[in-house]
Amino acid sequence: MTGADITQYFDYLFMVMLLFIGLTIIRLQNLFAVVMLTGVYSLIAAAWFVSLGAADVAITEAAVGAGISTVLLLAAMLLTAGEAKPTSAFRHWAALVVMAAAGVAVFYALGDLPVYGAADTPANTGPGMAYIERTPDEINIPNVVTAVLASYRGFDTMGEVFVVFAAGVGVALLLNLSGRGRREEDGE
Amino acid sequence: MTFTAIIDFTVGLMLVGAMLLMLVRLFIGPTLYDRVLAVNAFGAKIVLFLAVFALAVGRADSLDIALLYALINFVATIAILKFFSYRSLEVALDDMKPARPRDDAGEGV
Repeated sequence: MTGADITQYFDYLFMVMLLFIGLTIIRLQNLFAVVMLTGVYSLIAAAWFVSLGAADVAITEAAVGAGISTVLLLAAMLLTAGEAKPTSAFRHWAALVVMAAAGVAVFYALGDLPVYGAADTPANTGPGMAYIERTPDEINIPNVVTAVLASYRGFDTMGEVFVVFAAGVGVALLLNLSGRGRREEDGE
Repeated sequence: MTFTAIIDFTVGLMLVGAMLLMLVRLFIGPTLYDRVLAVNAFGAKIVLFLAVFALAVGRADSLDIALLYALINFVATIAILKFFSYRSLEVALDDMKPARPRDDAGEGV
């Protein structure tokens, strides 16, 4: 039994925990508890990504999911009520039908996916291998993903940074994160 | 399966069990501070799990991620509590006046 065999059981445990957190988020009415649960959901997802070997995705998930988005959701929650209104049973059933249809479609498409870690996938045979061969000579850093994002696709990443900056400014203005200009009864 | 692998696996399982206990506290609450503490403790469990995982699979870069998570966990807890006391993140630490105590232990925010 090698290390890779062991880690898949941790993957299963993490998936079960994610499922339970999702079900509890649906059931709870207290919005603060829901925000905390989404933060923990992101933490577990990040640990799961590490277990799957995607370290860069895990760092992003921890910083964005568990860090920034928790604070943003709290800021949004302060603008609304602390408790959710109970939704009707019809809306729950309608959502369940839509999600079940989407799940069936995903399972239908699952057969076309390559096997986990297969060597003959497009990602492991096409341009990706050229990046792996060239990165030590051209960029000279150990992580190929960083080389692709920051150097080979530098303009693409710069455009993404502009988009994320604009979105961040918009969210900060909408949520009034600075706290200036609030009404007196809120600020006291 | 070597002896150290069994040890790693057992410690990992115990950490997952501790995470489940934290989840129970997170689910049942009942106050704000129970849940903030549960999230903080859960982040600590994740950090410990990543350290054990790095040992188990022999990949040292998981340790870097564990250090990063410890920092994010600390900052996020401070940010949540500060936000709930002052309703803003732009309050300088020098200007902070003592937060007014919440009625019914923080549930009324």
